[in-house]
Amino acid sequence: MLDVREIDCFYGDVQVLRGLSLHVQPGEILCLLGRNGAGKTTTLKAIMGLVRVRAGTISLDGRALSDMTAPEVPRLGLGYVPQGRRLFAELTVAENLEIGLMTRGHGAETRDRTLGLFPVLRERLNQRAGTLSGGEQQMLAMARALCLDPSVLLLDEPTEGLMPSMIGRIRDVVVSLREAGVATILVEQRVDAVLSIADRVCFIESGRSRETLAAEAVRDRPDLLQRYVGVGAV
Amino acid sequence: MEFGPHLLLASLEGAVAAAVLALTALGLSLVFGVMRVVNVAHGEFFMLGAVLAWWFANLVVGNPALGFIIALVGAPLVVGVMALIADRLVLRRLHYDPEATIVATIGMLYILQQLALTFYGPDARPVVAPINFRVNFPWFGYSGYKFIVIAAAVVLMLGVWLLLARTKIGLIMRATQYDREMAQAFGIPVQRVYAGVFALGAMLAAVAAVLIVPIQQAHYLMGQDPLLLSFIVVIIGGLGSLRGTVVAAIFIGMSDGIISVFFSPTLAKILATLLVAMVLVYRPAGLFGARTA
Repeated sequence: MLDVREIDCFYGDVQVLRGLSLHVQPGEILCLLGRNGAGKTTTLKAIMGLVRVRAGTISLDGRALSDMTAPEVPRLGLGYVPQGRRLFAELTVAENLEIGLMTRGHGAETRDRTLGLFPVLRERLNQRAGTLSGGEQQMLAMARALCLDPSVLLLDEPTEGLMPSMIGRIRDVVVSLREAGVATILVEQRVDAVLSIADRVCFIESGRSRETLAAEAVRDRPDLLQRYVGVGAV
Repeated sequence: MEFGPHLLLASLEGAVAAAVLALTALGLSLVFGVMRVVNVAHGEFFMLGAVLAWWFANLVVGNPALGFIIALVGAPLVVGVMALIADRLVLRRLHYDPEATIVATIGMLYILQQLALTFYGPDARPVVAPINFRVNFPWFGYSGYKFIVIAAAVVLMLGVWLLLARTKIGLIMRATQYDREMAQAFGIPVQRVYAGVFALGAMLAAVAAVLIVPIQQAHYLMGQDPLLLSFIVVIIGGLGSLRGTVVAAIFIGMSDGIISVFFSPTLAKILATLLVAMVLVYRPAGLFGARTA
């Protein structure tokens, strides 16, 4: 499925990722854990082609993503929900969804299926995205990515700043996507929320993937959480 | 002439100026809004439109209407292709960096101006209007072609609005304008969008020039005033705001026409520039621009 092998990435002259590797299989939820600045967001951006990979390879089902331009990557079925949502705030909800649908040429069926996951958006189709509540904006960010009908979904802190009820809704959608065979890479600060849905956890430190463990095994290793995330047992 | 008819005449002149200015400034505003590129060479695309209009119009001898129609189609197309080449050879190589592209477009301004001087010459040359009729008011007669200029500008602006607001291409352009990186994350080929927008902006300037050249004559230095007025308009209207651009163009164009008729064109430019200074001091984002924190 998605295979990231020993990638190096830079912002200017500053190296952010140093030989980072990970992989994710269909229907699997892989969580990236690490302190602020460890390189989690950069990893997602590198997979999407938004940050250039100077060394190493990224491939999806054997096709090298790292050789492609950024606009080519989502057309292969990679959906991205960035940190802070990054909606097209001046566009309406319907137009934001249309941008997602256009990417792979999908139409009304995909749109209806996506709106079925987030029914509240159906009532807001003509409203400007920037005027939605925080929770609704997060739903729209996910819905926009799901309009690509992705086989791999990259989520960067999707529960940041949301009410518990909204966090539960986002979590339910991620679990339902796993059942549909979608591979998910999840960056999240809330360790307890992560361990309840993730299949595996990859700890990232200073741009390197240090250890990858099954999620249930992480509960028994508070030392790893303390070392890489700075939190105690959960 | 009494004050009333004199004011009507001045207003008509202002409306023509406003129509042409709105089209020209719309191109500049579009390029800045989507690409964040301040195109200092925009006035030279206007000049090229006029010069090429003269060239195309003279291909057909004895039928000014046909020559003008060929110019109206051909000149913007050639200017659009030149803009695409400039985008590919200059702007793309600079990664559309806002500061670097200002310097680069200053360079393009001089290159285009000197090319026109070399191949077209220093003379101002007229293009015959495609139709010649007068609209008679009780106090004076007025060129019918000028009404056609106003109507054509309105139709073209409506066309641009429809393109932006009602088509997929417009949606892609607006998404690119709001967040270039996220547009790429959704498969939008941003470089191709930029190339298209730069060409469209140049073509709007060129078509404005073709419309005005039967009234003004084509000259290799004629891009300077439209550039200055376009900057005034987009600053007052709000950089990147198309609605603001059109409203400001109507205001500046009308005031320019009226003040020029009653007083002098120089006073009109002084007052417009003073207005820009006031807007920059009291409302830096312009009348319709988004306020940033």
